[in-house]
Amino acid sequence: MKRKDAALAVVKQALLVVLTLVILAPFAIIFSNSFKTKVDAQQMGIVPTLHPVWSNYATVVERGNILISFLNSVLYTAVATAGTLVVTAMAAYVLSRRESRASRIIYLFIVFGIMLPTNFVALIKVEQSLHLLNSRVGLILYYVASNVAFGTFIIHGFVSTVPRAMDESAAIDGAGPFLIFSAVILPLLQPILVTTAVLCGMGVWNDFINPLYLLNSSSAWPMTLSIYGFFGRYEQEWNLVFADIVMTCVPILAIYLVGQRYIVSGLTAGAVKG
Amino acid sequence: MTRNRLYPLYFVLPALLLYVGLFIVPSLIGVGYSFTDWNRYSADIHFVGLDNFRTVFTASKHYDVYIVNTLVFAVVSNIVKIVPALFLAILLCGNVKGKNFYRTVLFLPTVLSFLVVGLIFRSVLHPSTGLLNGVLRGIGLPFLAGRWLSDPNLVWSSIIGVDAWKGLGYVMTIFIAGLQAISQDYYDAADIDGAGWWSKLANITLPMLMPAITINVVFGVTYGLKVFDIIYVLTNGGPGRMTEVINTAVFNEFASGSYGLGTALSTLLLIVLALIGIPLIRTMTKKEVES
Repeated sequence: MKRKDAALAVVKQALLVVLTLVILAPFAIIFSNSFKTKVDAQQMGIVPTLHPVWSNYATVVERGNILISFLNSVLYTAVATAGTLVVTAMAAYVLSRRESRASRIIYLFIVFGIMLPTNFVALIKVEQSLHLLNSRVGLILYYVASNVAFGTFIIHGFVSTVPRAMDESAAIDGAGPFLIFSAVILPLLQPILVTTAVLCGMGVWNDFINPLYLLNSSSAWPMTLSIYGFFGRYEQEWNLVFADIVMTCVPILAIYLVGQRYIVSGLTAGAVKG
Repeated sequence: MTRNRLYPLYFVLPALLLYVGLFIVPSLIGVGYSFTDWNRYSADIHFVGLDNFRTVFTASKHYDVYIVNTLVFAVVSNIVKIVPALFLAILLCGNVKGKNFYRTVLFLPTVLSFLVVGLIFRSVLHPSTGLLNGVLRGIGLPFLAGRWLSDPNLVWSSIIGVDAWKGLGYVMTIFIAGLQAISQDYYDAADIDGAGWWSKLANITLPMLMPAITINVVFGVTYGLKVFDIIYVLTNGGPGRMTEVINTAVFNEFASGSYGLGTALSTLLLIVLALIGIPLIRTMTKKEVES
């Protein structure tokens, strides 16, 4: 029995090591080839070069719009996430607290949107008629709109765990709805707000399809769109494509390794609920 | 009712306005446009009844194939992730050296965009110099090396494989969160009864893991039906148009100016998701009320 256990442990470790290599090898290839010359990078070998070509990175920064698209991505992610948190926290709080049929119906109507697919062609028509097409504001507003359903859903469940006595005692002290919400409720919602921020922020940062439909001008492109455009133009120059991939991945991987606890718990919220 | 004065309905207004204006309205007018001949080349829009849907279901146009592709992708890509992820989660909740390291690594691809993952695998699956074929030749299996993204017999497996590389860690992590919430007492009691590994899996783990399984299925199926990025980057619907799905077809119709047809395809996606989604949402919100 002991020997069987030991053998099993070896098999488990072997399986996990192989999986780790499968996950990490592509990263190694991309990183090591991003420092090679055009000709060497075409071989896509895993052995790093002894003569790193740092200028690949300079070339990508210069030709790939990296800085502008990075700032665009930061802007979209930050503003859309902040906007989503504000509107969904307010809505979820009131919809959870009010005891009326109307609020129940509004809540169900909002939650229904979790599964709803976007009708992109019609969305363009709507954004166009509101003069929001090809605009950063239009994209951000759409991000908030598309996150309302899920954000309201997960915050709604959390609000009911905050005792009503908190609001009522603040009301007795003379606080109005806005003050109660911002000074009493919001701080107590912090854990679920972090979760919502992670879900929304990751979604916006990694989104590709919405800017593809909604933004024409490359100066407004986020990183996903800009790296795709770059790949289209430099498909034969893998060294540059690899350098662009590295620069796109590094910020998000760094954030993951630092904030792993929040990201993992944020993205797995709901797994133990119900 | 006086209590409700503390909770004014106008708090809901910003969320509701955005949600209705930029999410519900496009879906509704999209359904309306799907009965028209709206296109880029004519200023007038005419009602054409079910013509767009007839076109979609005309066999010679192959849209039916794209719809089947979407459904098959939604089912197969999830089976391929959920089953191994479950066993990996059980493995990494047990007594294994370095389990935190493995969890971190396996979750890593989750934070990347599908677009970047697609580009990474355009390199890894490159027929002549890509990593995969290089490894296969290196370990003495050169006959397995293939044209992963252009061979009609391999291309779907390649897409499903890349999708699993990206998504397995996420599904696994949700299972881990679910497993950690199961009390050890159940297993101790089962041990006293002399239950085996499979019996514990079937009688304790799986039933207790239902919330996590539901989340994975709901997220997985919605993702699978809406899939776009990974296919657009890896194959752009090729070779030929054999890996086209609903959302890549919508984009093609949009690009070629057939807006009415594009909205009709989106409307079909809406119907499929609503049929699957409404019962799921109902159980999700019901559970929330009970808990």
